[in-house]
Amino acid sequence: MIRLHNINKNYLTRSGPVRVLRDVNLAVERGERIGILGRNGAGKSTLIRLVSGAELPTSGIVERSMSVSWPLAFGGAFQGSLTGLDNLRVICRIYGVSASDRIDFVEDFSELGVYLREPVKTYSSGMRARLAFAISMVIDFDCFLIDEIVAVGDARFHAKCNHELFVNRGDRAMIIVSHDANYIREHCSRAAVLVDGELHHSDGLDEAFAFYDRATALAA
Amino acid sequence: MAIQPAKFHNGSLAESWRIQRRIIWALVLREILTRYGRHNIGFLWLFVEPMLFTVGVTALWTATKAVHGSSLPIVAFAVTGYSSVLLWRNMPARCIMAMEPNFGLLYHRNVRPIDIYLSRLLLEAAGAGISFVVLTLFFHFVGWLEFPEDILEVIAAWLMLAWMGTGLALFIGSLSEFSEMVEKLWHPFQYLLFPLSGAAFLVDALPPQAQQFVLILPMVHGVEMLREGYFGSQMVAHYSLGYMAVFNAVLTLLGLAQVRKVSMTLELE
Repeated sequence: MIRLHNINKNYLTRSGPVRVLRDVNLAVERGERIGILGRNGAGKSTLIRLVSGAELPTSGIVERSMSVSWPLAFGGAFQGSLTGLDNLRVICRIYGVSASDRIDFVEDFSELGVYLREPVKTYSSGMRARLAFAISMVIDFDCFLIDEIVAVGDARFHAKCNHELFVNRGDRAMIIVSHDANYIREHCSRAAVLVDGELHHSDGLDEAFAFYDRATALAA
Repeated sequence: MAIQPAKFHNGSLAESWRIQRRIIWALVLREILTRYGRHNIGFLWLFVEPMLFTVGVTALWTATKAVHGSSLPIVAFAVTGYSSVLLWRNMPARCIMAMEPNFGLLYHRNVRPIDIYLSRLLLEAAGAGISFVVLTLFFHFVGWLEFPEDILEVIAAWLMLAWMGTGLALFIGSLSEFSEMVEKLWHPFQYLLFPLSGAAFLVDALPPQAQQFVLILPMVHGVEMLREGYFGSQMVAHYSLGYMAVFNAVLTLLGLAQVRKVSMTLELE
């Protein structure tokens, strides 16, 4: 499972430290899918980076007793000067798995054709998104961290991603952060709401959505 | 597609060491690709570039019959001097502002700032080292350079210089993440340091007062030792291994502390 104990996170700014997360507690069991709702700037991406271990908390403890993915999103995490294929190789080396038996999958899933062997900087944003998702599916984890994955992609590709993630990996734990309540409702069994760096837990999905609506209305 | 799951690691020291090696190797290969690509001579640039520098300086010093205060052959003098400059000058340069272009990789938990630094340093040292060896062999082959009198001493001196480069690079590199001034200041600093670094003179040829002054700089000790290993019977070397070791250790500690600070405060995007 994954457990966050009293996580605080400060970012340094020109006008001193700013607390972006305060006293966050969270537990995710194996196979559980939890949604984290929040408006832009609520600290969602920061939270997911702390869970992944890419960034470290200012105070508090993150416990992981299962393998956890990097924050999957439709972009970033690439070296623009390298080809899509070389980016795949780098990621496979980092995770200690062989790239050669995964090339076919990435080629097939990303639908990039000859562009897989061109530098990523020549890609359109849609092509980047397809490559990013395909590479994300190449390493298997007990828990996937998903950051606003609804943002890009045409409907058909979107459906393909959802199938790969929620059907083929339906038994995995997931933490999904989004500002889109419908997306969370569709894919999660539990939700929490992040408001100004504080994580509010609710008993059920409906309570969480009601809380999110109130918080959003209040801020608007 | 048969997928092996990413293993969950128990955190033992042996396991961590295995991951550490895997990550650094992955980063080294990535760095070779992004820096040199697969065009023309590809990764051979790793040591051809420093070799060109050294050959250029050797040619220049030979042409101008540089006064270096001894009767040593200029080729031997230039190769030993410039090969050591490559270490303390290029290693920090590669580590300044090294985080930002690697944000994508830092999203993966096992890739930490220290891994980025160490992989770059490993490559830089390998480039300088291979260039040094190849030039020694080449100049020996054409008859301009004798083999070192004491090869172990040469290796020890080179490792001391590489250690100094590493400590300096970790410190300067991680400091640059907190202040852009570091990058601006390092350029004039290393430029001014070059004539004082011992690459272009023998300490013994300086007046005693100047000797005291230049021997404050740790790289001077390294170059003197390196040259003693090469042609010790033709010169009087001035250096203290202990002084350089202490200097290196302090630099390394400061560097590691600063790298830790980078790790703790890392903000991706």
